[in-house]
Amino acid sequence: MWTRAVWLGLRAAAGGRRGFTSKADPQGSRQVTAELIEHLERLALVDFSSQEAVARLEKAIAFADRLRAMDTDGVEPKESVLEDRCLYLSSDNVVEGNCAEELLQNSHRGVEEYFVASPGNISWPKLDEKEPFSHH
Amino acid sequence: MATPMLRWCCPGRRWIFAGIGGGSRHGRGVPTGSTSSGKKGQSSVAQQPLITAQKPRKGEREWAAVVGLEIHAQIASNSKLFSGSQVDFAAPPNSLVSFFDASLPGTLPVLNRRCVEAAVMTGLALDCHINRKSLFDRKHYFYADLPAGYQITQQRLPIAVNGSLAYSVCVGKRWSQMVTRTVGVKQIQLEQDSGKSLHDNLRSQTLIDLNRAEGQLRVDANISVHHPGEPLGVRTEVKNLNSARFLAKAIDYEIQRQISELENGGKILNETRSFDYKLGCTVPMRDKEGKQDYRFMPEPNLPPLLLYDSGSLPTGADPQQVIDIDQLRERLPELPRVTREKLVRQYGMLPEHSFALLNEVGLLEFFQNVIKETRAEPKKVTSWVLNTFLGFLKQQNLAVSESPVTPSALAELLDLLDRKAISSSAAKQVFEELWRSKGKTPAQMVAEKKLELMQDAEALEQLCRSMLEAHPQVVTDVKKGNPRAINKLIGLVRRATLGRADPTVIKEVLERQLSS
Repeated sequence: MWTRAVWLGLRAAAGGRRGFTSKADPQGSRQVTAELIEHLERLALVDFSSQEAVARLEKAIAFADRLRAMDTDGVEPKESVLEDRCLYLSSDNVVEGNCAEELLQNSHRGVEEYFVASPGNISWPKLDEKEPFSHH
Repeated sequence: MATPMLRWCCPGRRWIFAGIGGGSRHGRGVPTGSTSSGKKGQSSVAQQPLITAQKPRKGEREWAAVVGLEIHAQIASNSKLFSGSQVDFAAPPNSLVSFFDASLPGTLPVLNRRCVEAAVMTGLALDCHINRKSLFDRKHYFYADLPAGYQITQQRLPIAVNGSLAYSVCVGKRWSQMVTRTVGVKQIQLEQDSGKSLHDNLRSQTLIDLNRAEGQLRVDANISVHHPGEPLGVRTEVKNLNSARFLAKAIDYEIQRQISELENGGKILNETRSFDYKLGCTVPMRDKEGKQDYRFMPEPNLPPLLLYDSGSLPTGADPQQVIDIDQLRERLPELPRVTREKLVRQYGMLPEHSFALLNEVGLLEFFQNVIKETRAEPKKVTSWVLNTFLGFLKQQNLAVSESPVTPSALAELLDLLDRKAISSSAAKQVFEELWRSKGKTPAQMVAEKKLELMQDAEALEQLCRSMLEAHPQVVTDVKKGNPRAINKLIGLVRRATLGRADPTVIKEVLERQLSS
């Protein structure tokens, strides 16, 4: 069942490479608005700094939307591809740690044995403060 | 990081308020002592009987408040939930951090068996249904002490659900009546804790220590209000509560704030607030503006957690890799509820006494040791332990372990009292003396201070008769029908016997002699 689904997906992808555009999908995927970009940027701390990036996003959404073409009636949803694997349980022993010096070498700044971060949470300029992305 | 945490929340305790006014609230807040686990669980509260604070004034509608608690408790394990680094308190910063805890790329979580056992045992103790299959998820948000950018938790399918906890509350005037209430536990889940942030405002920087977060037990409260019969209101979350007392204050304040806001035509925002201890009010938290979107997704590196019981154990499986719920149930210590029931049955004490004995660390053991060594009645022992002994402890802010009076000493004292070798007021005197100075036994103190009760009945009769003769006016008063006049005589006789006669016996003798 799973392999059949992959095969379908691959076939669709092959078709898609031949000139698929970022039109709004008739099956109802959202328009990617500036507010949505702003929201996603804040959530994921990713900078969509150009129209090209937004277009790529729209294509990715449309590509993923093709999953809706699949008939999943009566199919139990998979929670994880590891479903049939055994979750390994470790015994409660101390076997790691004690490598502060090594870890701190990764850090740009350090104070004694602490990592240093800017105060407060990660800030993000508001919509009106930020320059509009389209002009980059 | 990856310090194991247990979170459970109890939502939905309902209070009814009319306008501005206080409601009753319970004296005991967050349960302590039994929560050594560092797991986080969420529990919801079942429907509670409504407590009416005061009758609504004309034209005003009643309000009902709904409160849910999220309790974060750190598990007492040697290593962390998903890594093999140590769980410890006072260690140099970042010394108990593995590559996984520092979220270095390429590291993977490895589940600690002890943490799963602790979660199951907590679920069993709280009467939960243990999910034979539970799942791990990622909860994404950004904060400097969360280097991965997400926390591994159990949002979709936690390890235990639908439990309950019975507790006692003092109600009524002067908090004299004790009632038992139940709160529902919605769920218990295992999750990672974050690190610790130290804010250095002077240098405008934050120092991060990924060993573990502060506080073995932390509580967040979720609060909303609505009119009975209508849908639930918008809830706010109040964080930064680190004591049962402040938890109660914060909840009370927030309920009133929401009621005032709504009665003045305002709206409640679904926001996170913190409690300002100095001002005694809740304030919005600055860096949590806007609705949080945690973008939950299944943790791709962890298969489902499967638990078994004696009936479903897979044959030939490695016992280290398999968790048997029935085995864990057998390993549970006696639960407080069972201990209390036993105390009430065995010693005939009131339920509130059983609660009091269990609520102080070491007190139950002390009580049981006294019972073992004394011939006095259990009711007498209960009264002395809960009133006199506990009273002295509280006055000097001491723990039971720091008590200058040993169970043997108290047992000996109670034996003297039981034998009627001393009066109860003499016993109190001796107790005080035992508390203050060491080295002497109760018997020695009694002998030294000559506190033994007069055993010579004839001598007492003689003394009383002579007292009556010496105070004819008082005799007349008593015979005239003034019952309190006799107290003067009792006092005089007591003084004459140097406190060595039991006032009740003196009264008996005098009354007998007066009526003849």
